[in-house]
Amino acid sequence: MNVNVTSTGAISNAAAPMEWPAGELTRIPFWIYQAPEIYALEQQRVYEGPVWNFLCLEAEVAKPGDYRTTFMGSMPVIVAHDTDDEIYAFENRCAHRGALIALDSGGHARDFTCVYHAWNYDLKGNLKAVAFEDGVNGKGGMGKTFCRSDHGPRKLRIALFSGLVFGSLSDDVPPIEEYLGDEIATRIKRVLHKPVVVTGRFTQMLQNNWKLYFENVKDTYHASLLHTFFTTFRINRLSQKGGMVVSPSGGNHASFSFIDKQNQERDYAAMGIRSDNEDFALKDPSLLDNADEFGDGCHMQILTVFPNFVLQQIQNTLAVRQILPKGQMQTALNWTTFGFADDTPEMKTRRLRQNNLAGPAGYVSMEDGAVGGFVQRGVAAAGGERAVVEMGGSGTANEGTRATEASVRGFWKCYRAHMGV
Amino acid sequence: MAITIERILALQAAYIRCIDNDALESWPDFFLDECLYKVTTADNEKNGFEAGIIYADTKGMLIDRVAALRKANVYEKQSYRHIVGLPNITSNGAAEAQSETPFLVVRIMHDGQTDIFATGVYRDTYRAAGNDLKIAKRIVVCDSSRIDTLMALPL
Ligand code: FES
Ligand SMILES: [Fe+2]
Repeated sequence: MNVNVTSTGAISNAAAPMEWPAGELTRIPFWIYQAPEIYALEQQRVYEGPVWNFLCLEAEVAKPGDYRTTFMGSMPVIVAHDTDDEIYAFENRCAHRGALIALDSGGHARDFTCVYHAWNYDLKGNLKAVAFEDGVNGKGGMGKTFCRSDHGPRKLRIALFSGLVFGSLSDDVPPIEEYLGDEIATRIKRVLHKPVVVTGRFTQMLQNNWKLYFENVKDTYHASLLHTFFTTFRINRLSQKGGMVVSPSGGNHASFSFIDKQNQERDYAAMGIRSDNEDFALKDPSLLDNADEFGDGCHMQILTVFPNFVLQQIQNTLAVRQILPKGQMQTALNWTTFGFADDTPEMKTRRLRQNNLAGPAGYVSMEDGAVGGFVQRGVAAAGGERAVVEMGGSGTANEGTRATEASVRGFWKCYRAHMGV
Repeated sequence: MAITIERILALQAAYIRCIDNDALESWPDFFLDECLYKVTTADNEKNGFEAGIIYADTKGMLIDRVAALRKANVYEKQSYRHIVGLPNITSNGAAEAQSETPFLVVRIMHDGQTDIFATGVYRDTYRAAGNDLKIAKRIVVCDSSRIDTLMALPL
């Protein structure tokens, strides 16, 4: 078939031009969620750049010999606890031909042997043995100049913070405390203040770009609008007060709400009246039996660390979430729920019940698994259009309200600084 | 009256029909007042991790889940088609029976997209009171730890 291309109606395969005025944080171009070249650039500049990637909990590699496999962006990674009692991490890629070194999600090992040609690595990721290195019957073998110590998977720097294991490929990344910022560090320590016990792991596959999920977690504006469980069942405490802090980098945030003790009694009375309405009362309110386990009245704290970490405290349900890109259009959200080693049987049961609030079937979170996909599908033909992120003005500073998109703008401030876009 | 395989089959057939026909309001009635319904994964079971994707230890919590799905939660219109295999009855007394039954659940979205959503086994404990057979415990053990998008409807 002949297509006549005239100079006035030129047909071109070129995508919409990828433009984004420097410093602009209130308008987000949709190509940022779509373009394949952005995905490749993110691997270099974000995940392998000067950031701390959350890898796993220390509790998941508690004993020497324990290991977990995970990812730093799309780079496969092994986290191992060596016999010197230190935690190491390295690329899960054999130095020979590049095969995965560990094929499962974790376990216990003395060393690792690649299945392909049996090259062998210690728990630090050092190449220790090459099969037939000296050949067989005087024939073959590695070249004279081959030196094992010159070869090995890329090694990560490790930062341990409150039982969290972070990894980085960068020599320029600031120390973890500085990277987190004082307020975020304090709010992590507030939750992770004693030994944790993992209670479950689930992966939720999101049909959207990873940034849409990361923005969603930082977006306090949507919480009471998209998630109507608390309001439908009249559980929202009128006396609830909230706030938000954003780290100086913009990349990390914590939003929180707590009970205003002064007004609590009055509001509970109001709730009592409302719960007379049978239609909107829970049959089994044990779900709401909340213990103030941190002793500060804060019943909800959602915290993020750029580029892939969420710490969740919703009442007594605690979890970390790891956000991993799986191509430009898909994201793996790895949930690890936990409690504390000294939890009483009552607290264990309370957490099991309250886990219904979060996760892939969570009363106040299931929508977040789908809403990124609604955006991704909605903007399918809108690479040249832009999202509006103007709630609460144009700043990225801390706010005493949740009716703001300051932390979403903080994300873009941090992202743009790393990406140079 | 012993808990025969016929009674277990009849209950299972009615259970999946209830969910697949969007009669969720009747779903809690398959359970005793004091029950355990949990959706978990083979990996979590193997590791001894107790948390569920869904966890209800009373019938009231099941009723609340249906109410939340109807009144509060937002999800695209979708339905399931459950295919259950033959129950392997692991113990069978006059008042209580236990079985393990493989299942496959296909999820059909409103636009016609049809995917295998979950496979696994139901690990069940049934209790009989006269002619009535109810589920005392149903642990839904999914083979995979991956859940696509969200889990709104129960398995
Ligand atoms: S690829 Fe690993 S030993 Fe050859
Ligand atoms: Fe949300």
